[in-house]
Amino acid sequence: MIDGTVVDLSRIQFAATALYHFLFVPLTLGLSFLLAAMETVYVTTGKRIYKQMAQFWGGLFMINFALGVATGLTMEFQFGTNWSFYSSFVGDIFGAPLAIEGLMAFFMESTFVGLMVFGWERLSKGQHLAVTWLVALGSNLSALWILVANGFMQDPVGAAFDPITMRMQLTSFPKLIFSPDVQSKFVHTSIAGYVTAAIFVAGVSAFYMLRRRHMPLAKRSFRMAALFGVLATMGVITLGDALGFVAARVQPTKLAAMEGLWKAEAAPMPFNLIAFPDQARQENRGVVQLPDLLSLLVTHSLNRTVPAIDALERQAKQRIENGIPAVQALQALSRDPKDAAALAQFDAHRSDLGYGFLVQRYAPDLSKVTPAQVSEAARDSIPPVAAVFWSFRLMVGFGLLMLVFFVLAALYTLRNSAQEKKWLLTAAVWMIPVPFLANEFGWLVAELGRQPWTVFGVLPTWMSASTHTVTYMAFSLIGFVALYSVFIVIEIYLLVRAIRLGPTEHGDSGDEPPQPRPAPAGRPSAAHVTEPEG
Amino acid sequence: MDLYAVAQVIWWVLLGVLLMGLAVMVGMDMGVGVILRYVGRTDLERRVALNIIGPHWDGNQVWFILGGGAIFAAFPLIYATAFSGFYVVMLLLLWTMILRPLGFEYRSLIARAAWREVWDWTLFVSGAVPMIVFGAAFGNLFRGVPFHFEWNMTSFYTGSFLGLLNPFAIVTGVLSLALATMMGSLTVMNGAEGAMYQRARGLAQVAAAVAIALFAICGFWVRAIPGYRLTGGPGSGVPQTPLQQSVVTAPGAWLTHFEAHPILWIVPLAGFAGMLGAWLASRAGRSHLGWWLGALAWIGVIGTAGAALFPFMLPSSTDPSMSLTLWNSSSSEMTLLWMAGFTAVFVPLILWYTGWAFWVMRGKVSAEKIARGDEHAY
Ligand code: HDD
Ligand code: HEM
Ligand code: HEM
Repeated sequence: MIDGTVVDLSRIQFAATALYHFLFVPLTLGLSFLLAAMETVYVTTGKRIYKQMAQFWGGLFMINFALGVATGLTMEFQFGTNWSFYSSFVGDIFGAPLAIEGLMAFFMESTFVGLMVFGWERLSKGQHLAVTWLVALGSNLSALWILVANGFMQDPVGAAFDPITMRMQLTSFPKLIFSPDVQSKFVHTSIAGYVTAAIFVAGVSAFYMLRRRHMPLAKRSFRMAALFGVLATMGVITLGDALGFVAARVQPTKLAAMEGLWKAEAAPMPFNLIAFPDQARQENRGVVQLPDLLSLLVTHSLNRTVPAIDALERQAKQRIENGIPAVQALQALSRDPKDAAALAQFDAHRSDLGYGFLVQRYAPDLSKVTPAQVSEAARDSIPPVAAVFWSFRLMVGFGLLMLVFFVLAALYTLRNSAQEKKWLLTAAVWMIPVPFLANEFGWLVAELGRQPWTVFGVLPTWMSASTHTVTYMAFSLIGFVALYSVFIVIEIYLLVRAIRLGPTEHGDSGDEPPQPRPAPAGRPSAAHVTEPEG
Repeated sequence: MDLYAVAQVIWWVLLGVLLMGLAVMVGMDMGVGVILRYVGRTDLERRVALNIIGPHWDGNQVWFILGGGAIFAAFPLIYATAFSGFYVVMLLLLWTMILRPLGFEYRSLIARAAWREVWDWTLFVSGAVPMIVFGAAFGNLFRGVPFHFEWNMTSFYTGSFLGLLNPFAIVTGVLSLALATMMGSLTVMNGAEGAMYQRARGLAQVAAAVAIALFAICGFWVRAIPGYRLTGGPGSGVPQTPLQQSVVTAPGAWLTHFEAHPILWIVPLAGFAGMLGAWLASRAGRSHLGWWLGALAWIGVIGTAGAALFPFMLPSSTDPSMSLTLWNSSSSEMTLLWMAGFTAVFVPLILWYTGWAFWVMRGKVSAEKIARGDEHAY
């Protein structure tokens, strides 16, 4: 059996490195798209300012991209290094999208990003534009395939357990990639990336406008970001609603945790706006409710309900009882793959195999399992409610906040008065961290809400980890945290420095008259006077 | 042979091709990192070296990522067992490797000498360590790795970190470093002029000579190492776990295939020919030809390892019968076939646009342009 501490440390390490990777990914996803849009305007209208914009934002893009690549590299191998049982158990299905991501997306993105940076002088305008679009396409395809992989963990369709090879095997590739969970997740996540980039561009542009630097570039960038942002935020919210709808069907435990739903309620169910869930006593404290809203949100009707935790726990108990013979049959089959009686027993109980594993954590020898152990395992089947509940509310809250911001920003920028509204510009700068936080909390909902499973209903987290020692895990966790902390300091330093230096440092190709370097940040400079207007 | 067995063999070959692509493409970039401080004496020279691979290193690195993804998809049990078993080594590999993107992208953003000095050393470490680890991993496959399985395929690794640094593995590790250095030098020759060109030319010849010597040493040494032989089990194309076969070990057994099919000696000979050819070509100043011969050297070396180990992929020294072979560690037929389909479509496409990218950026890197800050250079 795997040491519980090792599992916990593996989880912390995975969560830390994945959340860290996802600090950089959304900006890559969205900014690559915005760069392509800016360059398209340049190529179609011939206005040089848009080329300068593409190059300036491209410089910031690359600083962020380097860390996306670096932290992605470790992700690709962490399933093997730290989740080895998981990897051999579902590699047949899960490995495929990961490999296709490399074939289809990373190669395209990474090959063309080199040409995007180095190719300004060597490619024709049209060729360079195509290259930039291919970078954007590549990053979005990479999101698609990684989310196919993640979607399988959330809703394992298109696969079945094979008692001879002792692992999950693919039964339908189309089912795997067209799972509704994957589809809505992909759109939600990539649009979340567009929101992130829109806020980033708007915030940095507002920083310049507040200081009256680089006005032509800042005004145009702000406008593009604001309009793009309104659409993207509305999209993210719409698709978020779709995700909740999917969760209600395929992961009722996650939904119940998101909503803090301990006991069954009659339709139409109220929505807990604020609550302080208490896992041990299975109740909420300090509740503020909005009537009817929950039924409306998750079932899109007023007369349907979703199951609460008490019912889900009872159901888990039954499935555990039913899963125990499945695991026992599997043990017999491991000794003798031709044991027909064991195979028949397995087939009769196979749908609850995962629940048998769930209780094996407490009863390694399943012939001696006690009712107390079954109850304990059933209790485990509920994710950590408070964390999921609050992560969800924070994500949604941030989303609504950004929607309000973008609507105002779009309104004023269309009236061409955004640059006069100091409060709006100041708010824009302060908004920069918000989408990053929303993204992180979104993943906490998705991944914590999946607990106690790595593959929902099939493979418990407790048996997924590699059989390392605590020492090894402490060593690697400390190493990652140390290394990544240094990285983030360097990256933020370089980003802030590049932003302060402004477009001229990172900007043009030298085939235009040299521009005066901007004064240090904080003082209005002469730069905006001499910059070409469009 | 039935379809499943064919699919397994196809994936075994494809994995070899990916490893060769990794060795050639990532190896050359890492080689440039290793020799950066030697071929580039001034900051400008170092920037020239970095800009030779600047447009390509990220695309090249995907061979490494795809290598990981392909093992995961086609041989999940290898992915799981090897990477968790080699835990500390993998961390060394990953932690050094992730410094490289930062080294490339961040080094030249700030002009301060100390800043650049730090990143130059970083690029050295992140080139040398991964290449040594890559080669040493192969060495350890020949020695066998201490792991075993529980009834449900939970794997346990019982060796230590230092056990992986045995003398044979060190020799294969240095061989891999020498080949990378050779390829890095040839790459610098392709893109640089003057003094840098000459330094790279000298280094390419030294590295080729070292590689020849080490590859020959491995050849003799392997006779003394206990090799593995499959003596029974479900065989090819049959769904199975590694708990159902029997394996024996015997000194020199890794050479059985070569003894049974002497035609296979062509593979190591191609390796030697590639190294020797790269040596002569760099001496003659024909660096492009030398680069392709260097690629042949890698193909020969990795092909030799594959031909010797077949059908083993990860031999167990704890319980040889639990060794992983391509028959007992591959994915299901359906996964292998779907993946083969994707590979057939995308690998030609990748080769095509990678070739285009190299063609667009062809020619020598101009030091004057970099000094003027003209090109968007590192
Ligand atoms: C800018 C970021 C952002 C914003 C504003 C939102 N989300 Fe989100 N959300 C994400 C970024 C994100 C994410 C990081 O991209 C996640 C993590 C997993 C995933 O697929 O997307 C996510 C996950 C996620 C999940 C869990 C999916 C799962 O269990 O697999 C749900 C139910 C929602 N979102 C719903 C919403 C709703 C109703 C929103 C309304 C405002 C919302 N999200 C705004
Ligand atoms: C394909 C994509 C992903 C896969 C396959 C994946 C897989 C996993 C695995 C195996 C674990 C460890 C087991 C567990 O505790 O559940 C985990 C945990 C976690 N992952 Fe993901 N993950 C993915 C994407 C992400 C991303 C992008 C993030 C965040 C940015 C993330 C956040 C987390 C968090 C926060 C945990 C910790 C959950 C806990 O502690 O219980 N995941 N995920
Ligand atoms: C937890 C599972 C994940 C793994 C194994 C993983 C793997 C990787 C790898 C290997 C890279 C480097 C690519 C390169 O060198 O070009 C990378 C970067 C990236 N990943 Fe992730 N990633 C994970 C999660 C995610 C998620 C959830 C998304 C998107 C929704 C995502 C999107 C990206 C993007 C856009 C990049 C930018 C760099 C690039 O593609 O080159 N990744 N990831």
